[in-house]
Amino acid sequence: MRRRDFIKKTSQAVALAAVTGGTGLLFHNRETARANAPLVKGADFGVAPDKTMPQIVLARQTDPLNALNSALDGIGGIGRFISPGDRVTVKPNVGWDRRPEQAANTNPLLVGEMVRLCLAAGAGEVIVTDYSCNDPRRCFIRSGIGEAAEKAGARVILPQEKDFLNTNLDGEVLTVWPVLKYMVQTDRLINMPIVKQHSLCSCTIGMKNLYGILGGRRNQLHQQIDQSIVDLADFCRPTLTVVDATRVLLRGGPTGGSLDDVAREDSVICATDPVAADARAAEFLGLRADQVSHLVLAERSGLGKIAYREAGYKEIA
Amino acid sequence: MTVKTVRNLRRLSQALFLFIFFFLILKTTFEVSFNPTEAAEIRLPYPVSIALQFDPLVALATLLSSGTLYKGLLWSLVILIPTVFLGRFFCGWVCPLGTLNHWISEIRSERPRRKGTRLVDSNRYKKYQRIKYYILLVFIGGAALGVLQVGLLDPLSLLARSIGTVLLPMLHTASLDLLAWVKSIGFPPLGKIAQAGYNLLAAVLLPFRQAHFNTIFSLGLFFFIVLVLNRVFTRFWCRGICPLGAMLGIFSRFSLFGLEKDESSCDHCNKCLLFCQGADNPDVGSRWRQPECHLCLNCQAVCPRNSLKFKFFPDQTPTRANPAGTQKVDITRRKVTASVVGGLALFPLFRSGDDFEINADARLIRPPGALVEEEFLARCIRCGQCMRVCPNNALHPTLFESGTEGIWTPILIAKIGYCEPSCTLCGQVCPTGAIAELSLKEKVGDRDLPPNRIGTAFVDRGRCLPWAMATPCIVCEEWCPTSPKSIYLKDEIVLDGQGKEVSVKLPYVDANLCTGCGACEYACPVSDKAAIYITSVGESRSPSNQVLLKRKKIEKEATARKS
Repeated sequence: MRRRDFIKKTSQAVALAAVTGGTGLLFHNRETARANAPLVKGADFGVAPDKTMPQIVLARQTDPLNALNSALDGIGGIGRFISPGDRVTVKPNVGWDRRPEQAANTNPLLVGEMVRLCLAAGAGEVIVTDYSCNDPRRCFIRSGIGEAAEKAGARVILPQEKDFLNTNLDGEVLTVWPVLKYMVQTDRLINMPIVKQHSLCSCTIGMKNLYGILGGRRNQLHQQIDQSIVDLADFCRPTLTVVDATRVLLRGGPTGGSLDDVAREDSVICATDPVAADARAAEFLGLRADQVSHLVLAERSGLGKIAYREAGYKEIA
Repeated sequence: MTVKTVRNLRRLSQALFLFIFFFLILKTTFEVSFNPTEAAEIRLPYPVSIALQFDPLVALATLLSSGTLYKGLLWSLVILIPTVFLGRFFCGWVCPLGTLNHWISEIRSERPRRKGTRLVDSNRYKKYQRIKYYILLVFIGGAALGVLQVGLLDPLSLLARSIGTVLLPMLHTASLDLLAWVKSIGFPPLGKIAQAGYNLLAAVLLPFRQAHFNTIFSLGLFFFIVLVLNRVFTRFWCRGICPLGAMLGIFSRFSLFGLEKDESSCDHCNKCLLFCQGADNPDVGSRWRQPECHLCLNCQAVCPRNSLKFKFFPDQTPTRANPAGTQKVDITRRKVTASVVGGLALFPLFRSGDDFEINADARLIRPPGALVEEEFLARCIRCGQCMRVCPNNALHPTLFESGTEGIWTPILIAKIGYCEPSCTLCGQVCPTGAIAELSLKEKVGDRDLPPNRIGTAFVDRGRCLPWAMATPCIVCEEWCPTSPKSIYLKDEIVLDGQGKEVSVKLPYVDANLCTGCGACEYACPVSDKAAIYITSVGESRSPSNQVLLKRKKIEKEATARKS
């Protein structure tokens, strides 16, 4: 063998051996695999309290837009909540593939008007989104909310898997959970629930509506529904809760379907106290707030007042 | 117009029809548009399954098996009647699977048997090309008795399901994975480029959400084998297997258009054979076989001496150039009989087993509007359009859930997706009417009309949280879309593991109301195997697969009131 060949062949073999060994050493790791650390982030979008203003205003008017505007004016007007340039997320209930008159989703007229008001107040961008239960395309179309929001100038987002951030909510039962990013990466959050009966927690109004910001198998939360609602309300504090009580679903909630189960109440509630909002709205279902265990628990956790009249309550007819 | 121009037109036509076919499959999906909301019913804007209705084999076979020519299937005459005069122009100019086979065959091979004289030899007519006629005749025999198997090998069904349930989902997974990987590198500009690329891809090719299909491997493997065989024999599928090609071959028996060979000018260079797609013996000195020819016109285009010419009423007097013998399909009467009898035998073979009705799988849940099983099987061509369009990824190809007879027919798997009550898309796209086109009212029912039911829900009390684990739930009741709800709750005090009293609500199913949509099974928090599940019993389509006498009575009253 020639020296030249010897050197060439040996060096090739040594190089391959070195690469093989080096790769092994490079990737060697004694640590057991651990899950990635989740994002930790609070989501408090509240505005500074104003002692001169009521915490909850209910307006009863046949025209839903008038009702919304009256209630909003009663609590200080949109300018109190939206500053020019704000990114605003509006979170209606678009849970189900139902039409507006079936009262399973928030009234689209109210959603459209809210978007318009936010933009008129100078909001930089308004996003309307919800993590629907049924096929989101159908929910946003048949509820009328997709069209109403887009026409009013909002960006409508149908969440996909990539839109969720693994988040530590730091609650008692709600720990690490995927959260819809538009609900945390924003400046202002407006929660727009509708009032519906629910077999497990008596009623689903504002705080329960926040379930829609969670991804994953959120149905497991029903095992401790009161605590998980409170955990969520503790983590995510909306700027304003706007309760749609124009139509109320008395039975067969939260999906409904039959018009026989729907009652007209022609009311809109605007509140900075989420517990007070739900407490007042529960009365539409014939419930007293102290019978609703998640509201009781929420008050005990310091999230708001069940005795909404003490919180500063105003009613406009 | 020279023959080379015509050949280029043929190439253009192939690309165009492949594109149209692919485009229609892409459009077999529910696209989001928020206008207008006034329409109570969501409908696809145009008949996206039309390509499958141009298929003469589907038309003939479903005509035999079901006794009718459903909706757009009349369009198949647009292919079939010109074939009578021209020959298999469909195979060479239109068929999208044929085009794929053509292209894959043309990729240069490094193997000696795919080159020169050995390739010339493999492009001469071979006996294996008869197989497709046997396959066709077996299918026809089966269809005559209501056993429809054409969908397995019909090229348009095969390609539609392979694109819709294999290729596009694979592309989706691959691109999502690639995107996540690029983003994990930790170089933001690259991540942004990848995201932009993905967004573009998603806008053009990918559906709203990633679909995950049952038995995708069997579908993918089958499609892969069809494509890869092109690397062994040029267009092996088209020459040897394709039952549609065989049918068009038979119909081109009286074709007025054909190949005329000029003995005097030919110097036997065999270039014609080198480029022949159909293996129909275009060379001077062999008998040309009309039923095998795809009319690709390669032979005429490459002939250096203009010895070959396609024309109407070609001179077919036997000469040495085109030796005597008929140009008929190369199978004997005896084999025709044997194949048809074999096909007829499929009926007792499949139906005397236990998997048709007698011992049908309890989870054989057909799409809403599906005909009664016998008629369903007589129409379903396994094109996968219903699975592709289903917005909830609820419909899947079976493997053996509907017996060997029903391989790759649709089944609903509620754990993956439930049947959206207001959705009627699967019936809208079904090209053969195996799934009837329901109106919204027929789907959900009203006071006078019972809803369409696909099965019934059952609670598994051994797995259910309140029943088995003294833990509150009610998710099934919450999700139940019927009104009033088909799941009702009973308050009960139960003991937990520590002997402590816990108040729970126990779910029960009211089978009189349940439509079997599977929303409860889908939403059940017991994630691996749901504690509430649907089976097929009670399905509207079947008069025998029923359980409650009372429910039948309710429906009868409703029907009576209606009439």
